[in-house]
Amino acid sequence: MIAGTLGAFGRPVLQAFAAVGRLGLFAGSVIGHALRPPFYLREFGQSLLQIGWFSLPVVGLTAIFTGGALALQIYAGGSRFNAEAVVPSIVAIGMARELGPVLGGLMVAARVASSIAAEIGTMKVTEQLDALVTLSTNPLKYLVVPRVVAATLAMPVLVGVGDAIGIMGGWLVGITRLDFNSAAYLKNTVDFLETWDVGSGMVKGAAFGFIVALMGCYHGMNSARGAQGVGAATKSAVVSASVLILAANYLLTEVFFTT
Amino acid sequence: MITLTDVQKAFGANRVLQGVNLNIASGTSMVIIGGSGTGKSVLLKSILGLVRPDSGTITLDDQDVTAKGRSGADRDAFLARFGMLFQGGALFDSLRVWENVAFRLMRGPKALPKPQARDAAIEKLRRVGLRPDTADLFPAELSGGMQKRVGLARAIAASPEIIFFDEPTTGLDPIMAGVINELIREIVVEMGATAMTITHDMSSVRAIADNVAMLHGGVIRWTGPVSEMDATPDPYVQQFIHGRADGPIESVR
Repeated sequence: MIAGTLGAFGRPVLQAFAAVGRLGLFAGSVIGHALRPPFYLREFGQSLLQIGWFSLPVVGLTAIFTGGALALQIYAGGSRFNAEAVVPSIVAIGMARELGPVLGGLMVAARVASSIAAEIGTMKVTEQLDALVTLSTNPLKYLVVPRVVAATLAMPVLVGVGDAIGIMGGWLVGITRLDFNSAAYLKNTVDFLETWDVGSGMVKGAAFGFIVALMGCYHGMNSARGAQGVGAATKSAVVSASVLILAANYLLTEVFFTT
Repeated sequence: MITLTDVQKAFGANRVLQGVNLNIASGTSMVIIGGSGTGKSVLLKSILGLVRPDSGTITLDDQDVTAKGRSGADRDAFLARFGMLFQGGALFDSLRVWENVAFRLMRGPKALPKPQARDAAIEKLRRVGLRPDTADLFPAELSGGMQKRVGLARAIAASPEIIFFDEPTTGLDPIMAGVINELIREIVVEMGATAMTITHDMSSVRAIADNVAMLHGGVIRWTGPVSEMDATPDPYVQQFIHGRADGPIESVR
């Protein structure tokens, strides 16, 4: 009875540790391969285009609406203690430090982790990964490394662009709905925003990009057979990437801003 | 010479290979027959190292290919001796047909420049009966039979010493199956390659094989020249080659 109960609690814990271990080994292996030739530049370029360039619309749209909504919320909240004037600076800091990287990361997770997991999962179930091996090509090097490196490099740029668009969204709402003077709004934004506000967000972006591509590749490479297996891998990739992004965001915020 | 000695492999409680012993002489064409789920593909993937056997040894020209601790370069050199046609073609969707065929030719220390690799790919496509204008299509734009031919062209592109064919005629109409069988036989003879084919298709067996081995119950049940296959008294082989429902092989597995 007691052994059975302990087993019921222990098994999932052991499985969770095993999963973390497998993921850690996978990440280590990816980093190791990223530092050693051969380098597949064409695959890297294609991944950069897919992950970076084609994610710009979704990141931009997310940022502009978030910046606008943030301006409205801060104005409403700030008016309770006559602090409406902080809208430009709080929108800028909020976008650059938190909302730009986190929402951008989550949107890219939804778009990119799913497509990577589905693509690699399909390649696995149609024996394309085996075919790569028989052609003396390491699937980790050919498929995973270019995607992970591209996502890690592209995400900070996406975050930077998202920050700018989000701040613009706040500015648009500020001058059209909240009666801010355009020049004063922009001056306030520039005066209060520090380099590290933007820099920390971009560092977070790089970490989130790594997480997104890593989870997409990991679940794709470990996909079970059939359409159901690929579907499950895709779902797991998005869920795990999203949760890890939020957890990593908390940890990085602790490291960057509490000391 | 490929030699398998007491090769065993289990997936959980399912003991797929239970001690396979088999010799495939250089320059001959061996066809492995057996029912679905009897481990034919596992056997083939074990030789290539895509699946690691639990026990037993597999040697290629007296070198143990299952030995642990082989370097990446060793493994690349080993794999460079092989070509493989996968059951579903396993063509890379994101690459054009010629890039699929020339995949190995454009990589590694002896990589060809792109124009030469393309020319070589087109030549191989011609060899399998495909027109040069197929070269710039993507795999998804091809019929199943054409995909098989492209897979065949990719398998022979680097002139390997050993070629594996995993159910080469599955899903093809009888005429296209006959064309693929003829191509395989011609190519194997022309290149002097060692061939190992997995199939359920008895017309393929008769067209391709020098020797036949039947895998059943995780072991090689019978092996011998194709010319002796029809005359063997082995009830398993007789049931399989005549497709009878009654016999020692259970129809529900």
